[in-house]
Amino acid sequence: MNYLLKHARIIDPVTGTDEQLNLLIVDGTIDRLGANLSAAKGVEEVDLSGKLIAPGFVDMHVHLREPGFEHKETIESGCRSAAQGGFTAVCCMPNTNPTIDDESVARYVIEKGKQVCDGFVDVYPIAAATKGRQGEELSPMAELTHAGAVGFSDDGAPIASANTMRLALEYSSMFGIPIIQHAEDPSMTKGGSMNEGVVSMRLGIPGIPPIAEELMIGRDIALLRYVPKAKYHVAHISTRRSTDLVRSAKQEGLAVSAEVTPHHFTLTDEVVASFDTNTKMNPPLRTADDVEAMKEALRDGVIDVIATDHAPHTIDEKEVEYSQAPFGIVGLETAIGLSIAELVRQRFLSLLQLVEKFSTNPRRILSLPQIRIEAGQPANLTILDHEIEWTVDTTRFSSKSKNSPFHGRRLQGKAVGIFNHGRLRRVV
Amino acid sequence: MSLQSRHLLGLDGVPKQDIELILDTAVSFKEVLERPIKKVPPLQGKTIANLFFESSTRTRISFELAERRLSADVVSFAAAGSSVSKGETLKDTARNIEAMKIDMVVIRHASAGAAHFLSRVVKANVLNAGDGAHEHPTQALLDMFTLREKYGTLKGLRVCIVGDVLHSRVARSNIFGLTTMGVEVSLCGPATLMPRHIEQLGVRVFNTLDDVIPSVDVLNVLRVQLERQQGGFFPSLREYHRFFGVTKERVDRAGRAITIMHPGPINRDVELSADLADGEHSVILEQVTNGVAVRMAALYLLGTSSK
Repeated sequence: MNYLLKHARIIDPVTGTDEQLNLLIVDGTIDRLGANLSAAKGVEEVDLSGKLIAPGFVDMHVHLREPGFEHKETIESGCRSAAQGGFTAVCCMPNTNPTIDDESVARYVIEKGKQVCDGFVDVYPIAAATKGRQGEELSPMAELTHAGAVGFSDDGAPIASANTMRLALEYSSMFGIPIIQHAEDPSMTKGGSMNEGVVSMRLGIPGIPPIAEELMIGRDIALLRYVPKAKYHVAHISTRRSTDLVRSAKQEGLAVSAEVTPHHFTLTDEVVASFDTNTKMNPPLRTADDVEAMKEALRDGVIDVIATDHAPHTIDEKEVEYSQAPFGIVGLETAIGLSIAELVRQRFLSLLQLVEKFSTNPRRILSLPQIRIEAGQPANLTILDHEIEWTVDTTRFSSKSKNSPFHGRRLQGKAVGIFNHGRLRRVV
Repeated sequence: MSLQSRHLLGLDGVPKQDIELILDTAVSFKEVLERPIKKVPPLQGKTIANLFFESSTRTRISFELAERRLSADVVSFAAAGSSVSKGETLKDTARNIEAMKIDMVVIRHASAGAAHFLSRVVKANVLNAGDGAHEHPTQALLDMFTLREKYGTLKGLRVCIVGDVLHSRVARSNIFGLTTMGVEVSLCGPATLMPRHIEQLGVRVFNTLDDVIPSVDVLNVLRVQLERQQGGFFPSLREYHRFFGVTKERVDRAGRAITIMHPGPINRDVELSADLADGEHSVILEQVTNGVAVRMAALYLLGTSSK
């Protein structure tokens, strides 16, 4: 099938494009861009007036739950959710059962990703940094890289031992693949369910102190300075001081990068007072000042990436006492709407910068093929309506799980389609 | 007159007039408790379930007595040996009990927010009898009742809460209620057992008893939980007693009467010396008596409101 995508504004940070152009795609490859292209016979014309076309968005932090926890999400339902949210690729975390700490599991995830959802969403596994995510012995990183892993992380748990982290940084540096750290000093967070602060004091809920994150990032940056060939990426950064640490490490020239979730630049720990377990995630929601710091750090380029930490859990798992509930919320289908509402509309990011955070930067950090919207390149596209306002209805999510604190919230901006591997998938 | 909420989940944000209404109502119920026949009919035909997911002796007995003296039908439930130990969730337990047409639920639970959670999943009125380190509103109400009875008014009174504030629901509910009522509240205990930011609730924090005793009217002494020592919050019970134990010697230095309160059960000669606990300025047993009257008032106001 050949397509002529007409009248969209094309935004591509890599080629430096930001203009309204028609885009002719022949056999999945961009044939031509031009102001006055018209359709030849057999070409499907799609009018995208008022819409945006960007290089395909990547969510570099999702939990697809397969293998092992298919009652929460499967690779198939997770990819449908990603497509619905406007992503052409996801990177899935290794806290499955079995863990992705072995070539065979990594290959299984990649193969399954090709089979589901008509192959619209590319699935890139992030493998465990240590065997069984136990934080002790290194995973077989060379084999895992060979199998297609794009990053190493024990996400959900930190790499707590300084020596293990040193070895992980050294070993991974041979492949140019980043260590992605869930930054948390576990000796300070046992039993914690929310941010330690004024709200946790009022509610009597055991706290997760912000300094537990900052200490770990500070330590890791010191290790990175010691092992400067390595690449280090901070997952779901959440406090102002954490962004200060990353800012100064970047100024120093260290290979550090960071991501933030939409909920950490949108919600504060005040919402925990409802005791709604959809406000329970790790890292926890922080203070208004931290939320402000996330936006500033995105604006200043200190935070490179927006990633969702999509963490599906069933209603039964979440409808329990606050202390008993698992951490995490789903995020794929609300990420763009929250980002445009909170960041673009509030002028922290331009649309071009938004595309960098969702596409260019995660691809650079993970060494994924960079998408260029120019003739001769494969068409891998996210198509957005950045003006539309809509209301989140979790019952309509494509994800198997509905655990979101954003049900009923008004958002701005939504994917209307994705294009990948030769075909257009419309989002309804 | 009725309360603003159809549940009593805590005292955070509860307006002064609601607290006064409960305390005023408790006065007449206390009078009932002095009668030879200690039973009145307002909750006749109502059924109340006491869900105690955490063990408790005095609070459970106090609630049961209050319920029976209001003529309610009462069912009580302790987590040990129940369906909870067979893996049933709180939501299922609550819905099953509700399916038996229960009008009110009293819940004690180790998890902060459990009473709020319950109030969302059942239609019955919910009374919080203690949720984790969050709130224990009827304890604070009975403490306030006891003080109001003794001093005539709460306004301007100076109360110091001594001990493990970090893990204490009694302390939180007292702070919320007392500050609403115009009481000057201070806290004293080891720095490791004081929650960060607690000053933001309008209280003063001390780490030395001798600094605070001269300027208070009342010491409300919290129970030291022995497992906190294992948690590393303080080095030993001996050291705790030496530096934070409320003793006659310390209190006498004030040179005037200081009222001694304790929510019980007491670790004698750990947080509170036996002579003070049994002494003339102790109101500890009055607190227990008043607990029944205050719980009758809360149950009555919730159970008979039209909300």
